[in-house]
Formats: sequence, C-alpha cells, structure tokens
Amino acid sequence: MFKRLTIRKNAYYDSVALMSLAQEVQKLPGITDALVGMATDLNKDSARAMGFGGPELEEVGPGDLIIALLGDDAKSLDGAEKLVVARLEKKAGAGKQDARGHATYSSLAEVPIGEGGIAAISVPGPYAAREAKAALRRGLHVFLFSDNVSLEDELAVKEMGRREGLLVMGPDCGTAVIGGLGLGFANKVRPGRIGIVAASGTGLQQVLAVIDRLGEGITHAIGTGGRDLRREIGGITTLMGLDVLERDESTKVKMVISKPPHDDVRRRVIVALEEGRKPAVVCFMGEEGGLSGVGAGKVRFAGSLEEAAVKACSLAGEGGSREIYPQEQIEAMACELAAGLACRAGTASPGYLRGLYGGGTLCEETMAVLARAGIDVYSNVAWRPELFLEDPETSQAHTCIDMGDDYFTRGRPHPMLEPGLRVPRYLREARDPDVGILLFDVVLGYGCHPDPAGVMAEAVREAAEIARRGRRKLVQIAVLVGTSGDPQGLARQEKVLRDAGATVLSSNQAAAKLVALLLKLECKQ
Amino acid sequence: MVATVKNWPPTGAVVNLGSSVFARSMRDQGANVYEVEWRPPARGRLELIRALDALEGREDIDEANRVALERYSSAQPVLVGIGRARDVVPGFRDRMLLHAGPPITWERMSGPLRGAVIGAIMYEGWAGSAEEAEKVAAGGEVAFSPCHEHSAVGPMAGVVSPSMPVFIIENRAAGNRSYCTLNEGLGKVLRYGAYSPEVLERLRWMADVLAPVLAKGIELSGGIDLKSIIAQALHMGDEVHNRNRAATSLFIRAIAPYVIDTGYPLSDIRRVLEFINGNDHFFLNLSMPAAKAMLEAAHGISKSTMVTVMSRNGTDFGIKVSGLGDRWFTGPAQKVKGLYFPGFGGDDANPDIGDSSITETAGLGGFAMAAAIPIVQFVGGTPEDAVGFSRRMYSITLSENRFFSIPVLGFRGTPTGIDIRKVVETGILPQINTGIAHKDPGIGQVGAGLVTPPWECFEKALLAFAERYA
Repeated sequence: MFKRLTIRKNAYYDSVALMSLAQEVQKLPGITDALVGMATDLNKDSARAMGFGGPELEEVGPGDLIIALLGDDAKSLDGAEKLVVARLEKKAGAGKQDARGHATYSSLAEVPIGEGGIAAISVPGPYAAREAKAALRRGLHVFLFSDNVSLEDELAVKEMGRREGLLVMGPDCGTAVIGGLGLGFANKVRPGRIGIVAASGTGLQQVLAVIDRLGEGITHAIGTGGRDLRREIGGITTLMGLDVLERDESTKVKMVISKPPHDDVRRRVIVALEEGRKPAVVCFMGEEGGLSGVGAGKVRFAGSLEEAAVKACSLAGEGGSREIYPQEQIEAMACELAAGLACRAGTASPGYLRGLYGGGTLCEETMAVLARAGIDVYSNVAWRPELFLEDPETSQAHTCIDMGDDYFTRGRPHPMLEPGLRVPRYLREARDPDVGILLFDVVLGYGCHPDPAGVMAEAVREAAEIARRGRRKLVQIAVLVGTSGDPQGLARQEKVLRDAGATVLSSNQAAAKLVALLLKLECKQ
Repeated sequence: MVATVKNWPPTGAVVNLGSSVFARSMRDQGANVYEVEWRPPARGRLELIRALDALEGREDIDEANRVALERYSSAQPVLVGIGRARDVVPGFRDRMLLHAGPPITWERMSGPLRGAVIGAIMYEGWAGSAEEAEKVAAGGEVAFSPCHEHSAVGPMAGVVSPSMPVFIIENRAAGNRSYCTLNEGLGKVLRYGAYSPEVLERLRWMADVLAPVLAKGIELSGGIDLKSIIAQALHMGDEVHNRNRAATSLFIRAIAPYVIDTGYPLSDIRRVLEFINGNDHFFLNLSMPAAKAMLEAAHGISKSTMVTVMSRNGTDFGIKVSGLGDRWFTGPAQKVKGLYFPGFGGDDANPDIGDSSITETAGLGGFAMAAAIPIVQFVGGTPEDAVGFSRRMYSITLSENRFFSIPVLGFRGTPTGIDIRKVVETGILPQINTGIAHKDPGIGQVGAGLVTPPWECFEKALLAFAERYA
C-alpha cells in the first residue's frame, strides 16, 4: 500500500467541488481511497483515519488544501495527483456554456412568452386539449397538430378560444403559415395578397405550391383541423379566421379549403364570405367548381386544389393566370407514357394503379378525379363502402392508400417525417405482376423529411429493376408538392426523382388526370 | 356570432410542446422558439388528470391560496429567546420525545432516529446505558410525537427531549411561535443518531452554557430579525439549508455585541462565540424555525392547495396541505443522490431524514439553489444545473417570493408556495438539498446531496383535496 499526503497552503476551494473531485479520484484504477478537501477538523480526522499524521497535518487549517491518497503503487498516486491539479486549475477558469445555446423548459408555465405568441402543440391526443387550454389562458393562439383529440374536447377548446378571442388551429392541423412563419409541415411562401383558411394540411400545401409557382404569395394560411366545418363544431375557427382575413389590410383575396361542410355550416361560411368586402375562392373538395352556391357575387367555387389556387391568383393578380397543366399537356404526357404501360395478363386493360400517399387530402383528391372518370379505386379511406379495403396491408385492383392514416401511424412516424416507411410496401406493389402504375407523393417544406425525394428515388430505381427482371413495364409517377423556397430545394428534389426514372408533376390533380387517361387506354398485347 | 380575434397578428414568439422537429424547423425560419420538454401531466394517470380538471380555474381556490401566501409573505420571524423545551413547546409532556417527520413507532424507526432517541433517553437520565435506553424506548414508556405537531422543527433525527434548550421564534405579524433545538455542529452529533459520551457531554454544555449566554444576548438585543438575515444570506451564496455559512456569519455580527454585554465570564462568552463561529451550520436551526413560523401562519386556510409541511423521519416522507388540516400524506423516504465522505458509500446511507425540508417548503434550500451555485456539485452538476433547479421550481409554486430573491436570476423572487396541483400536473417534484445520515445509529453524517419527496405524497393529497373540495 502506497500513500501520499500533499498540502497546498492558502489555496481555497469550495468543499462541494472538492467532494466531487475526490469521488472522481476514488474511481481511478489503483486508487483505494482519496481525500481532497480543505483542512477542516473533520477532514483532518478523516485523513488520520486513513493513516496520515505528523506535525505537517497538525499545523494546517481550513484555508489550506489537503490531498490524501492511498493506492497500489507510486504511478497510480502520480496519476491521481495530476488529475486533481488539472481539475482544480480548470475549476478556477470560466463557467461552462450551454452547448446548444437554447434554454429548454419543463412546462408551459415556466416559459416567459408574452400574450399574442403561438403555442405549437404536438403532444399525444389525450393530453392535447389540456395543453391547448393552458396556452389560451396565457393569451396564446394555438396551433394544434395533435390528432386523436375527441370532438367534445375540440369543441371545448375552440369555444374557449372564441371567448378569449384567440385562434385554435386544429386539432389534427398539419399546416399553417402565420405572418410568414410555417407551423407543422409548412412551405416557404413569399408574402402576397391571398389569405387562406384551410381544414387540410396537405391540401393547403398543394395550394401553397401552386400559388408559389404562379408567382403569387400569401398573407396568412390559417389551419382549422379537419372537423371544423362539421355541425358539432360549427366552423368556429373557419369563421374567426375569415374575420381575421377580412380585417387584414394586406389580404386582397380570401380562400377556404375543406371537405364538404355540413349544410348549416356551409351557409354560415358562404354568408360570411358574401358579407365581406373581398373576393373569395372556395374549394370544398370533391365538389364541382363553378359559380353555384348560395350567393353568386364574391364567391367562386373551385373543383380542385390546383383550380382553387389558380383562381385565387387570378383574382389577386393584374392579369389572368392559367392552369399549370393544360389538358393538351396532360394528353401529351399520356401519349408519351403509353409506350411504357403494361397490360394485365390476358386482357386489353392497363395494369392496376397503386397509389401510396403521405398526404391524406391528396389521396382523396386522386380518388375523386378517378371516380369522376368512372374508375373505381379501393382504399383504406374510401367513402364508398364497397371500395373499402378489408385489410389496409393488401391492395386489390386499383388502390390508393393514405399511409398517414391512424392504422399506419400507430407507434410509427408519419410518412411526411419518414417517407422511407412506404418503401417496403412500394416494392411489394412493384412485384405484383398485375400492377402497371405506381403513384406517390413527395411533400417538401419545413418540418418534413430533409430529403424525401432521395428516399423515394431509391425505391423508384429498385421498382424499375424488379420490373426489368420480370420483363414487365412499369409507369412511376411522383407528385412533388413544394415551393422554390423550401429548405429541401425544389429543383434538386425534382431532378433526383426524374433521374431515377419517375414522371414528376407538381399538381396532384394533374397527376390524377394523367392516371385517368392512362387507365382508359386500350392496351396492345 | 363571430368573436373578433385579438392579439393579431401574433408576435412571432412560439412555444413548442411536443415534437422537437417542429421547434427546430421554426428556429430555422428565424422564429423565437421556446421549447418545452413535454411529459404527460400527472404521470399520464387519468384519475389524477380528472381530479386536476375538477380543481382547475377555481377562483375560490385561487383566493384561498392568495390568503395563505399573504399570511406567509407578511410573516416576520424574529428570534425572541431560548427556553427549556418542556416549558415552552406547546403540548410537550414528561417522558415525551419529539422527532422529525410524520408520526412513527419505535419499531419502524430507522437507525439514526433510533440512535438519537437512545441518546436523548440517556441525556434525560431515563436510562443509564444504550441497551437500557432501547428497552425504555421499546417498552412504550416514552411517547413519540412529531415536532411539526408542536410548532417545532428539528434537523435530521430532530429529536427534542424535555430538558433541551430551544430557540423561540415569534412571527411578529400574526403572533404564532415556532421552536427548534440549537445546532450541535458537524461530525458525531445526536441529530445524526450518535450518542457517545462526547455527544451527550456537548449537549449538556449547550444547555448549561451556550443556551443561557445566548438567551441573555437575545434578550439584550430585543430580538433578531431572521427574515432579513436570510434575505441577505441568499445574496451571499447561501440557500440556508445545505449552506449556512453567510447566514451564520451575519448572525454572529448581530448577536456578538450583546453576548459580550451579558456579564457572563469571558471564558464562557469566548467558548460560545467560538462554538457558533466553528459551525457553518449554526444558522440552520434558525432558518428552519423561521420557515416554520412563516408557513404555520399559512396553514389551515380552507381550500388552499399550498403545501405547509414537507418532512421526513428516515422511514416515511410526509406533507401537509394548508386546506387539508392535520392530515399527513406520506410515502417512503427516498435515497439521497449525492457525494459521500471518504470511506463511505451508497450502502451506508439512511433514507432521507429530517424536518429541514421546511426550508424548501418556504421557497429556500433547493428552491433557492441558483443563489448557492457551488452546492450543485454534490451531484456532479454544473452552474447551469443549479439555475435550472431553481427555475424548474417556478413550475410548481404559486408565487415568486416578495422578500427572498436570487441575484443570478435578475433578483427574481425565489419560487414560493408549493401547489399540490402543480406538482401532480407537471410531475416535477420539489428539489431538496440535504445531508446524508449513516443508516446505523451512532455514526453520523456520511455525505450530502439532493433528494425529492416520493410522488405518493402529492398524489394522495390531490385526491383527498379533490374529494373534499371538487
């Protein structure tokens, strides 16, 4: 057993610092016991108990540091002493910096945010309403990304928001852009003259992408959550949002995007729009466009997301805007792709469509376009019971799957965050000899995956290889939803997909029309 | 009817609760983002969330808490004297021993508490040896009662026997008094369960010399304002639980001139001043009863959710709530996370013990950790951790202290008035700084560190509160 007593006279250190240092030293290999402390009576007693003594120890006092070490050999003692000295010198230096430079808080109550801020809430559904109410009490507007919030809770939170004069965007609100700040999955859009109230996240993203492409911009895009226009909720957020846009000086055109509302609520929304001073575009998805509706003055109806965006830009702009993909262009694309289209064995019909969507609204829009063309599509979110898939894992005939649906996201990330989770299913569809067309969406924006095109491009290459090995033909179509300002880089993402062999469109409606044309073709065996 | 939206357009500041992906992406866009590391409320238990919801937004509860806080805040704890426990502590009887924490029987007492009981029995002369003392204690001849049920507090084992001297603290605002023994110093001491002859010898000297000299000095001073000493000490690196160095020094400055004027022999005066000077924790036995005097004034307000007692006996941890009367809500005392003196380790430690958590209950101690940053190193933490500990306590308290403030937080008042609703809701337990006692009687302190109450105390209290007032 080796022992060593080192004394540093008149060298004061805080006892707590020394205790943690002693504990560190005790863990060193070859060290059996260690004391690093000021020479208080207590510590001197401890040193004596370790076997140290003599006049040297007697004469030191609380202003002196003692380092008492017991170890297996001199080398271990040297090492321990070196560590003590190094640590003590470091302790005398500057304090540590927070590595990330951002403070985190353990509850909303702790956060020093003032009234008029926004609470972005994405906690599990059963707890979301409480947090939303707490945020409203703090005078914050609420962006509620969480799903699985009960209808009762949604109503309670929205009624509270209405009492307080605060917006409740959600629950299940995927996207909003407020004063240029994207919340949830949101695209970078330039400031402009269009103000939007939207009940759908990806629907809104598609609209933003088209607006951006047409060179226009927005004031605010206020999300409402998918159930706001149901009778039970009565459009609380939609109506408050429209009021905001009506009062907002910069907003020249208002837009509403939603599934078809309950009749009472529809009336209230249309009346609110007619009573306002500004022109408005309404897209109740699945319904036809035109000027039909309650009034026929300031409100224009659009039959698709693309059409809604185009109409709004046209109203906002000096001259007229035109659609991104004119019918002739889609027909030309269909002609080009026809050569790559396979027939189902023993028939003159093209191979089945399999669409795998991350964006639920895009999935529904595709099914609506195909339904109008007389094509039945099976789905896990089909509205006609006979087209509802028994097993969401197994496609049949033409199928479009909303992979952001609860079934697929339970315990797994949403495909907007992890598009790669679609890949195994995508390749399974590619192996099906009856399949002729694969369709998928790639959604860009803040909050989304950093390189969704890269992930899906791999899958496209592998699917093409599978088809090649099976001596089959396969058409692969990507809907790329994004703006030129998105962090992923729109042009680069498009190139990655094209290079892999996919046909890329920036409008889901156009892609659906293209698929409809292809499926109507007669195949040559 | 459409309500007009106010606070529009939003300020651009965002608080993010949930996925940090969104916090990052909003930061990338240049937003001012506050990120909450979210956890389910009430540890995700729906029964508790229902109880919380039933007590939410209740103005009568808010009003009760305002009254309780006002009584705490306006309290003026002043050291007014020293007396014999049997004579001055309310409800004290012969053959009674007070102890720290919630009620407990001899059979369930932990080592250090047993040791202190043995020592106190010998000190009182009820037994001549440790063996005999154990028999007396086990035989039911001695009544055990919590300090807190007698307006008293005691550090660690907290044992008070009838003839021990106690400080008398008076809340000059409301007139209520509190009591605490005099601090014995470090090393082998009764409060850590040591009962060797030197321990008893010191206790006798404290009763015979220290107490009378100090009592006379206090009398001459006209009373010493403890609240102002505590407030100053917080600006000098103390949190008056685990660090009392500055407060002890300030106390000496306040008392020394009067002690010299007592007329006692100079040798006694010298020993008294040396004794206080040689014990960095002397003031602990004044910060504790000061906290008690302030909190007792806030106790017994119907519908108040404020915690007025947090205390441990080495086996159980117990709390009391202002609006729930005399009822204790208990759970098992926890293991202290900390550093050990050389030669000791985790296996030697007794579970958490002592009434000293009254300081945290009053917004001091661990709640004022940011005022005493060096202490955080007991758990190998950083100065940022110390600030974080204090900051976190604002989430579970009703208010910021009007009197005690933390320089490094911009002189923000310490987090004060623990609300059982907030503890259950946030799942954040009060942070307590504490010493670690050896599990065997007679050995003493083996380290120091950080500890929290068991969750059960707050869960039980909230459910009882909801049952009574929801």
